[in-house]
Formats: sequence, C-alpha cells, structure tokens
Amino acid sequence: MAYEIIESCVNCWACEPVCPSKAIYEARPHFLIDAKKCTECDGDYADPQCVSICPIEGAILDPFGEWANPAGALTGIPPERMREAMAEIQAR
Amino acid sequence: MELKVIGQEASGGGCSSSGCGGGSEQIAHLPDSIRDKIKDHPCFSEDAHHHFARMHVAVAPACNIQCHYCNRKYDCSNESRPGVVSELLGPDQAVKKVIAVAANIPQMTVLGIAGPGDPLANPERTFETFRQLTDKAPDIKLCVSTNGLSLPEHVDELCKHNIDHVTITINCIDPDVGAKIYPWIFWKNRRIKGRKAAEILIEQQQKGLEMLAKRGVLVKVNSVMIPGVNDQHLEEVSKVVKAKGAFLHNVMPLIAEAEHGTFYGIMGQRGPTHEELQELQDKCAGDMNMMRHCRQCRADAVGMLGEDRGDEFTMDKVEDMHIDYEAAMVKRAEYQQAALATLEAQRNHTGETFVSLASLIKPKKETRPVLMAVATTGGGVINQHFGHAREFLIYEASANDVRFIGHRKVDLYCSGGDTCGDAETVLQKIIRSLDGCEAVLCSKIGFEPWGQLEEAGIIPNGEHAMEPIEEAVAAVYAEMVANGLPDKGEEKTGLRMGA
Repeated sequence: MAYEIIESCVNCWACEPVCPSKAIYEARPHFLIDAKKCTECDGDYADPQCVSICPIEGAILDPFGEWANPAGALTGIPPERMREAMAEIQAR
Repeated sequence: MELKVIGQEASGGGCSSSGCGGGSEQIAHLPDSIRDKIKDHPCFSEDAHHHFARMHVAVAPACNIQCHYCNRKYDCSNESRPGVVSELLGPDQAVKKVIAVAANIPQMTVLGIAGPGDPLANPERTFETFRQLTDKAPDIKLCVSTNGLSLPEHVDELCKHNIDHVTITINCIDPDVGAKIYPWIFWKNRRIKGRKAAEILIEQQQKGLEMLAKRGVLVKVNSVMIPGVNDQHLEEVSKVVKAKGAFLHNVMPLIAEAEHGTFYGIMGQRGPTHEELQELQDKCAGDMNMMRHCRQCRADAVGMLGEDRGDEFTMDKVEDMHIDYEAAMVKRAEYQQAALATLEAQRNHTGETFVSLASLIKPKKETRPVLMAVATTGGGVINQHFGHAREFLIYEASANDVRFIGHRKVDLYCSGGDTCGDAETVLQKIIRSLDGCEAVLCSKIGFEPWGQLEEAGIIPNGEHAMEPIEEAVAAVYAEMVANGLPDKGEEKTGLRMGA
C-alpha cells in the first residue's frame, strides 16, 4: 500500500527531501510517489512524512484513497466558509 | 555644515530617537562598523534604497511552517507580495541569473534568498547558490530571510558562507499570540499544531537571533502587523529583539484579501490602516531602529525597491546572455562609488537644509506636521510623472525636520472600468491611497488628476522636479507654513487661520 500525490499538488518540494524511502520524485504536472518504493514510513517514523509536511489539503491520498489532510485540517479555514468566500469572489 | 545627519555619535546618543537626522535617522546612531556594512544596502538603509537595487532568487520552494497570511497555492505574475514567484530556479540557474542582472544593473548590490518557501527548509539549494556566488561574484552582498525554525542548526553553515545579513520574521514572543498566527509547524518529523507549535517556533527564533548576534552577523527582524492579533504585542517584541542584538526592526502591514486564499484573507481579517501602521512604527521607534521603506517584495523581485524588472531576466532570456563578469565588476564598482558619493552629498546637503529651514521659519507656536507624497524612480530626487507612479513615498514635514514615513502602493491588481465592473477609476484609487497626505510632489502631472487632487484636499506640486526629495518637501512645507497652515480640524470645515 502507498500514499499518492494528486493534481492539487503545487510542486512546492516540501515532501521530496523528507521521504525516508526516496519514493517521491519531481514530475509534471505535479510530483509523484513511486508506489513500489513507498513504505508509508512504516518502521521509520510514527507519521508519514509527506503527509506531515504537505501544506495543501487534499494533495495526498492515503492508502484508502481518502484525503490524508482533509479540508480545513491544515489552514483552519472551515470548509463552509471557504465555499462561501469562493462564491463571493466568483459573483463579483 | 552645522547639523551632521550621519557620522555623529557612535551609538545611543541624543540624536538616536526620531525627529533628528531626517531620512538618515534610522541608521544615524548605529556604530560605524554596521553603518559601513549597510550604507549601500537598499533594504537596510532608507537613503541607500534610492540609489541601490536588490534581487531575490526563488531557489527555496519548501516551507516548514504555515502562516495564516500565506497561501502556497498562489503563483501569479501580477501579484507582488512575499511568497509569490513565477519561476522556480535551481542553484545553477539562479547563479546565472544573478550574474546577468548584476552585469546589467550596476546598482544591484544585494542578492537575497527569501523563498518562496523558507530558505533554511531548503538548505542544499540555498547554500549551493551562496557558495557559487561567493566564488563567482564576490562583489555582491548575500542575504537570507527565514522564519527561524531551522535557524539554530544552520548558523555555522551561514557563517561559513560569509553572509553578514540575516532577516528573521518574528511576529510574536508569546505562544498564545503565536497560536493565532501559525496553525502548524513541521518539527522533528512531525506536524505540530496549536500553542505547542508556536512555542517551539518562538524558542528557535529567539535562539537563532542570539546565536547570530553573538557571531556578529547583522540581524534584521521583520514583523507582520495583524490588527487584533499582535498589534498590541509588537512593541514588546521590538524591545526584546533589540535587547538580543537585532539592529533593525521592520514592521510591515498584513496583506490579506479573500482572493489570496489565505486564512486571514478568507476569514476577513483586516490589515492595518496607514495611520495604525505609522503609529505602531513610531511607538517601536523609541526602542529600536525602525525601517519604514520595506516594499514586501516577491521572492523573485529584481531591481530597485518598489520596482520589479524580473521580466527582463527570465531564464530563457538569461540563457542567451553572454557575460564577462570581470569587466562587469569594474563597471559596477565605478557606478557604485559614484552613487555613494551622490548619496553622501545629498545627506550633507539635506542636513544644511534643516538648519536653514528651522531658522527661517522661527515659528511662534509649534506648526503641525504635514504628510506629503512623492513620486520618484530613484536617485533620491523627484523625477517621476504622477501618472507613471506605481507607488508614492510618504514624508512627514514638521518645523524641525523632514522624515520618511513609508510608502503607498498604487493598487494595480485591478484597473477597474469595463473588465471587472469596478466603478472606482484608477485615479480615484490613487487619490484614496494618498489619504492623509496634503501635497503630492512629482515631476509633472496631468490636468485631470490636478483638479481631482485639489478637490480631495491634496495640493499637486510639479515645481521641484529633479530636486532632492527632502529638500523639496522642506521647501513645500515652508511655503505651506508661510501661507498659513490651517489646523487639521479647521481645514476640514474649510476655516483658514494664520499659523
């Protein structure tokens, strides 16, 4: 099983150097995790390192396909407030 | 020359507080050794920023903390604020770019690495860039700007590269305040949230500051002023960081708009008004050398403060340039010597002006200070057309002196009009950005803005083109006083009274 980086990744490089398995590599349009190399940091760290440093909610999927960092978990912005603000901006 | 602006008391001294020394007050009472280091550094010396340029290279993408005023998703070429870049560079590319810029812009004295993430969260990329530049372009000063979390562990390496200026962003020294600014940090292989995160960050920042000061590295502290969060707290921060050896404190206004997608932007946290910022800067100035000319540059800005010539030096353009840096260094040295001579002459000259102005006016009662806006492209003189100004420098003139207060950006994010249905015209926006100013000095000004400025109670003035800024501001102030400067309250009700 492995973590997966998806399209909301902003290519900020934070995860690449902290991966103990060197499973993360630069790619376009966004960074990728080599599923064969990813160990979920099992045996190395208590928490998966990429998930622990990634600043973008929803950029990494856990082995079950769920957002490893759910909406609001990192920014503290309640998802509902985020939706309202986005709607306000689009309505301008 | 009676009143020396610079080169007086070595430290402390009677002239150290604001109100003496005009534009140079900010560095006037620093020891000679520090003044010598910063005399041609645009970010550290208010005088120098009229004559010298800086550049940032965006080699440090990763960050190890989250700040509520930052959004890592943002990548826009029209946006100007820290953390935003258009093109991420590798160390080799960055070095090529720096050399190309230095050869073409001789006033570029300083290279900083400031992001777009945190330079010390990308130590290999950051230090490889510094190593190559120390070797290939020894005439360029190197700086780094950090959030401080990884600072203590990198102090040795920083000293190795002979970096003598470090900026630490310190927004608080109280973890309860910090918990409202930093949602998380990445520390010892874990994401840590809340008060605990702020506690660790503050501890590391303070430790790093002390370590650098001990080694004689110049440390500037940046603070973002967030009304209702740390505005009451920053005076204390200023005292503490000065006591620990920071030589300059730069209080910057929070930039927060919903469209930036930041926590503060989305949650409706407002930034400070011009008056609130100035008031806090004045309060801190009693304890600290304050810096007021910061432009909160992008992490890939190129050119004089307030301008960005990054478009002239994109990687594809830089790759085609062939640079003889040995030859460039000779030209650069010549240019920089001439600029320093001009700067020194202006400093001395302005000093004389203050003396003559003060003796000329001899006010019977204290005349109130006046804010004026100035349009300049650099060189310390009034040399920009009103309509071309992307920012205005703000000076406060009083019976005693002329001092630099800050700058106001002209809002260029939106040009209004047809495209976005914004009813406010560009001109109205500019005039609103000059709120509180009573005169605007520029080289030329059009008919329409002239009328609208007058209507808004701001006197347009194009009579001092090519004159040194402080001298011109002093002259306009003298004229206003001679014409009977009304009190602020009276002015609003339209009453006029002699001074």
